[in-house]
Amino acid sequence: MAKQDKDATFVGDSRVSAKRIPNISPSYSDFPGKTEPFWPNFLLKEWMVAAVCLVGFLILTVSHPSPLTDKANPNDTSFLPLPDWYFLFLYQLLKYKWASGDWVVIGILGIPGIAFGALMLAPWLDAGKERRPSKRPVATGLMLTALVGIFYLTWAANDEAQHLKHKNSAGSDPGTPPAAEAPAPAESSFTADAVWKAQQSCMGCHGKDLEGGMGPNLQTIGSKLDAAQIADIIKNGVPPAMPGGMIKDDAEIQKLADYLASLK
Amino acid sequence: MLQKMYDWVDERLNITPMWRDLADHEVPEHVNPAHHFSAFVYCFGGLTFFITVIQILSGMFLTMYYVPDIINAYESVKYLQNEVAFGSIVRAMHHWGASLVIVMMFLHTLRVFFTGAYKKPRELNWVVGVLIFFVMLGLGFTGYLLPWDNTAYFATKVGLQIADSVPLIGPYAKMLLTGGEIVGAQTLTRFFAIHVFFLPAGLFGLLAAHFVMIRSQGISGPL
Repeated sequence: MAKQDKDATFVGDSRVSAKRIPNISPSYSDFPGKTEPFWPNFLLKEWMVAAVCLVGFLILTVSHPSPLTDKANPNDTSFLPLPDWYFLFLYQLLKYKWASGDWVVIGILGIPGIAFGALMLAPWLDAGKERRPSKRPVATGLMLTALVGIFYLTWAANDEAQHLKHKNSAGSDPGTPPAAEAPAPAESSFTADAVWKAQQSCMGCHGKDLEGGMGPNLQTIGSKLDAAQIADIIKNGVPPAMPGGMIKDDAEIQKLADYLASLK
Repeated sequence: MLQKMYDWVDERLNITPMWRDLADHEVPEHVNPAHHFSAFVYCFGGLTFFITVIQILSGMFLTMYYVPDIINAYESVKYLQNEVAFGSIVRAMHHWGASLVIVMMFLHTLRVFFTGAYKKPRELNWVVGVLIFFVMLGLGFTGYLLPWDNTAYFATKVGLQIADSVPLIGPYAKMLLTGGEIVGAQTLTRFFAIHVFFLPAGLFGLLAAHFVMIRSQGISGPL
């Protein structure tokens, strides 16, 4: 801001100085080489760079619409929870045993706290006059280490997530019984027995003629599981998708299990 | 004509010093990519600001359609994405811009760090810059929930779990953000308010401080 003369004369009762401050820009003559006026020479170049970037950005937005998955469903336990990519390094760090559970203080405050605290206080931690990276090896080395760490953790988190996704889409969750694996193709001529038709809560997912839907097709379930196994599944469910305890009466469960086991 | 209008305003408001700070200054050779191509690293700060402006403008247009409640949030985003003319482009600009602004800011931070530009007398500007970085991360975190799809929901749950595990203040911070026991209706409106009002207000103040300091201190000299 320009300094006003102490003996400035003012016009009338206004605070605007009658003396015009000459419009001279500050000089960069301390710096060597060719300087250039910001307005309009440099700004024009800046705008050209910005325009090129904007075109590239718009091509990205047109070719890659932003993703939108299904509406949020807190009960969808099969959805792989993952933070946005620039938080992945922190997420990954907290997965390691030495940085989670009893040691979570290290994962939360220890490493990121010290790293971001040091970043904030960098001007005081690295207070020397020297500016070249090669002349201040500690600061440069620490920053490079942090960069390698962040890149590695982000990569590791992404790698792990891809593996899990691949596994989920293959459908071979090791914990689930074989019944959930390969659903038999639906047979349209198949008609379920009255024992099945009485079970409204089962039909929602497995279909009114056992043809499947949200849940697997059960038209030939008897060829894979016996009555005892089926009864167990009805009672306890199959995590994550199938709830157990939908039928309370043991005799009814047995009747349904016997019927399903007879389907070969 | 323009000169006359300028003079007329200047006579009354003395805008010349302001104009000088804004535009009438020189750009030294060592930051000008036209002279040294390697000086393109000095562009990242400006590009960060450029994308921030894109974020502000596209975000303003998004709020014309977005409804911050758990019944309608997802539907309104879906409608914007699929039905509204250019809606998918505006949303994509905001979505990809959010990532790009982080990338650009990261590169800008590294440029400032490795050129040692944070040293005396520019310590305060560095601190303000780091605060801007945190605000941007906050904007990214709160904005990610708003579409209310599965990706958003579970990402936020994970994020809040991380916040919860901070010793002492963690549970309070989590409660402040979720507004209840579960990630639900309260959480969405809180994240919306934080994303659209609180953090942008902080961001504007910090950006203003950042730019005023650059102008009053000038750009750091060549290495």
